[in-house]
Amino acid sequence: MPTEENKKVILKVKDLKKHYTGGEIKALDGVTIDICKGDVVVVIGPSGSGKSTFLRSLNLLEQPTEGSIIFDGVDIAKKKYRGEDGKFHRLNIDEYRKRMGMVFQHFNLFPHMTIMDNMTLAPIKVKGMKKEDAEQKAQGLLNRVGLGDRAGAYPSQLSGGQKQRVAIVRALMMEPDVMLFDEPTSALDPEMVGEVLEVMKELAHTGMTMIIVTHEMGFAREVGKRIIFMADGKIVEQGGPEEIFGNPKNPRLQAFLKKVL
Amino acid sequence: MLSAAGFEKTFQYIDLFKQGVICTVSLSVLTVVFGFIIALLLAIARITKIHPLDYIATGYVEVFRATPMLVQLFIVYYVVFGNVSLPSFKLFGFIRFERFLPGVVALAMNSGAYLSEIIRAGIQSIDKGQIEASRSLGLSGFQTMKSVVLPQAIRTILPPIANEFVTIIKESSICYTIGVQDIMYAVSATKGATYRIAEPLVIATLVYFCLTFPTSKIIAYFERRMSRADRGE
Repeated sequence: MPTEENKKVILKVKDLKKHYTGGEIKALDGVTIDICKGDVVVVIGPSGSGKSTFLRSLNLLEQPTEGSIIFDGVDIAKKKYRGEDGKFHRLNIDEYRKRMGMVFQHFNLFPHMTIMDNMTLAPIKVKGMKKEDAEQKAQGLLNRVGLGDRAGAYPSQLSGGQKQRVAIVRALMMEPDVMLFDEPTSALDPEMVGEVLEVMKELAHTGMTMIIVTHEMGFAREVGKRIIFMADGKIVEQGGPEEIFGNPKNPRLQAFLKKVL
Repeated sequence: MLSAAGFEKTFQYIDLFKQGVICTVSLSVLTVVFGFIIALLLAIARITKIHPLDYIATGYVEVFRATPMLVQLFIVYYVVFGNVSLPSFKLFGFIRFERFLPGVVALAMNSGAYLSEIIRAGIQSIDKGQIEASRSLGLSGFQTMKSVVLPQAIRTILPPIANEFVTIIKESSICYTIGVQDIMYAVSATKGATYRIAEPLVIATLVYFCLTFPTSKIIAYFERRMSRADRGE
């Protein structure tokens, strides 16, 4: 078990709620969790349980109805925050989003740009990186995921697995503090799932903080350090992979695992 | 009926038709340019949903699409410009500016309403995931629009805009009713001088066809080329 000192909390989520149509639909119904540096958190649960909403709330692609998300000392769920000078400032969410990489189910590569331009767009525009430096860095990352020769290709010329590998390294270009994965393998043909999971596994070994929503139970068990089971917008059970998969306590988790394993 | 003698008489006034072509083409080009600017402002107002600008833009589009072009033209010419004394010089040495300008204004305001719907649809056709991916990388809303959304939307927007240009070439013929010296004005002038109507109309038909047919073929060619160019799923 890691000691208290090196368990630096990166994200502190408290009582997060997301309600639709005036509170009738509760996509998130009070989620509280601390995400520590180097954590590999895998979120599992039946569809409609709020997994994706939870993940998308973390970088405010969904605006939470209630609750707080403390990231680097600032509650990013609020539109304003109190600075060190004691005054209130408008929160610039772009500042925080660039520090959280996100990988989507449908890749969302920019189809009108080459792979290289996909990767260098944000570093150049947001971080003010020099084009040559950004391209060099991108080439290094592409080589790392075995796509070094595809820098000049367009997304439409790549397979699903290749696209998702590009999407992962595109997010890594910004050197994020935490990586969010929203069902990264769900839109892939079965034979391509492995290559993407391999990249994610490698990323986990480098100590990257990752929060992963997935249906790949084998992967969750192997790579996940913490497993979170969600149902009806709540965290129903959490623990290490052995506890969750080997000795599930909650009847809903037991029923869920019986169906998917 | 058509007759050789009738054509002979009509051809004496062929210069009027040549002027008509210049007038119709300049009318259409200016209409598309100004119409596009109006359309862009309307589309942005409607997409950004800044009250009350979006309501005004929506109202504008609905009114212009639901009323006849001829009524709009007459209102612009007789009511809006009725009490304004425009400088009365001649473009290209023959086009009367004080009639030409109201024509351009009315056509541009009308096609702006139609073009704004094309632009709006083009922008909204871009997958939401594209915007989410861009924002999650830290790009601002403006940077996302400029680098991710608009470059993709322009592929969808350009062909219908070019087609709108063809439509405007044809619809601009309505401006002869306020004395703009376009192709239909040449028909009417020739008719007055020769008492022939069929032959001038045949000439006008041919002229309009020669303007619009190649234009739409060129557009179709570029449209095919663009759809063959690299695109995502």
